[in-house]
Amino acid sequence: MLKPQQATLDEATLKRAQTIPEGLWRTCPNCGTSAYRGRFGSLQVCPHCGFGLRLTASERLAQLCDCFDPWDEQLELADSDFPGYMVKRAQAQAASGSSESVRCGQAVIAAQPCALAVMDSYYMMGSLGQVAGERLCRLFERATAQRLAVVIVTASGGARMQEGIQSLMQMAKISAARALHVQAGLPYFVVLSDPTMGGVCASFAMQGDVTLAEPHARVGFTGRRVIEATLHNKLPASFQQAEQVMATGFIDAIVPRAQLKARLALLLQLHQEVCHA
Amino acid sequence: MLDQVHNARHNQFPAEALIGELCHDFIRLHGDRLHGDDPAIIGGIGMLESMPVTVIATNKGQTLPERLATHGGSPEPWGYRQALRLMQQAEKFHRPVLTLIDTPGAYPGKDAEDNGQAAAIAELLQASATLATPLIAVITGEAGSGGALALACGDEVWMTSKSMYSILSPEGFASILFKDVTRTSEAAALMKLTPDELLAAQVVERVMSVSAELPRQLRAALIEEFEMLQNLPPEELLARRQARFRKF
Ligand SMILES: [Zn+2]
Repeated sequence: MLKPQQATLDEATLKRAQTIPEGLWRTCPNCGTSAYRGRFGSLQVCPHCGFGLRLTASERLAQLCDCFDPWDEQLELADSDFPGYMVKRAQAQAASGSSESVRCGQAVIAAQPCALAVMDSYYMMGSLGQVAGERLCRLFERATAQRLAVVIVTASGGARMQEGIQSLMQMAKISAARALHVQAGLPYFVVLSDPTMGGVCASFAMQGDVTLAEPHARVGFTGRRVIEATLHNKLPASFQQAEQVMATGFIDAIVPRAQLKARLALLLQLHQEVCHA
Repeated sequence: MLDQVHNARHNQFPAEALIGELCHDFIRLHGDRLHGDDPAIIGGIGMLESMPVTVIATNKGQTLPERLATHGGSPEPWGYRQALRLMQQAEKFHRPVLTLIDTPGAYPGKDAEDNGQAAAIAELLQASATLATPLIAVITGEAGSGGALALACGDEVWMTSKSMYSILSPEGFASILFKDVTRTSEAAALMKLTPDELLAAQVVERVMSVSAELPRQLRAALIEEFEMLQNLPPEELLARRQARFRKF
């Protein structure tokens, strides 16, 4: 079992914290407010607008879990001949402290057991490649076999371009595993965190029974700049913000980071019976 | 390499004409029953010789107004929901489903995003995995990103010798990876988007040679494959389909 205290103190996290150029000050990417680092608190939330700064997978696990027993961390990608990709992966590992863009495992969230995946946007923008796809597919398969609810905290720019069509196939593979989890009558809760875009949004991120989002998280399929280029026009600031996506009917609730653990625990508790059915 | 891209974008078998050559008595069915009717999707029921099939095709249109209305064959969420509706209808009546794909991808528009483009595609991916009726996809031109995958989660995926299937357009790929859209040819070569490469990677099962004979050959191959798939017990059909995607 990985203890949350250890998770917060892993080397990569510390190293990243030390290399933040603003030093004692941080600027919120959502509202642009600069504030003393300490004011973002241990949950890393903007004191002005409530936007949650991006977290590494281990930081997110530490915030959510009583304990986390990782699955499939040893999965390796066959060497790729795509130019520069292996170097990029090594850099991503160093930057995120994660061995891939998602970490999966059996977790306990405020005394409620579940199968949990958290994506790491510090690992190549949380992009979905074969290793991440296999981990997520096995997450649903194990959850189906063990009759567990699934919780996924998404954070991804979309497909892993360097893996080409294989990356696209992961969307279908994970969706099929989720379809069998549905057939077994088991619940799946999604937390959309900033950003959840592209092929991740167009697959498992939008297949939950309950879809939560963090405040102001960017959620959509095609990136804003691509659409602006197509339209030859600027889009409103609210475009693809979680609040707007909720207003159009695709998100159940916006949950501030400070309440996320309790909200997930409550949802898990409410569905405890169906897991034991 | 750019020849392959050029050929894929100049599909000799546009959706409407190809449906006419494959099927007789095609009845077009419009709309998603929720929001609207997307001209980028042609859906309906037709006879593949003596076999009734549901056909769902992306449509680029022929004339300039049609090309504008269909956004060059890029579906909106209500197009994908129409596809889902017709797939579920086909399942209800034990009718095989044929999808014909020639799309650069899902439409990148504000309305599309506000109406859940991502959710519409996600829903099709999930539903296809357990749709208890045969489902074959044929790529006739270009097939780009999740917008093409949404219609290609079937028992088999075939493509014509002059088509391509990729995670993104080569231009988009070049601009993301090289930050340089002029390196499109280099990007296209890296993407392994040709029928031969995709056949080797088991992303597709069959490549159909482009010739004047293609519609006739395709019709014969579809009838044979659909008959085989329809004879499988439903559990076996679905186990086979799920295994097809599990291997990636
Ligand atoms: Zn802020």
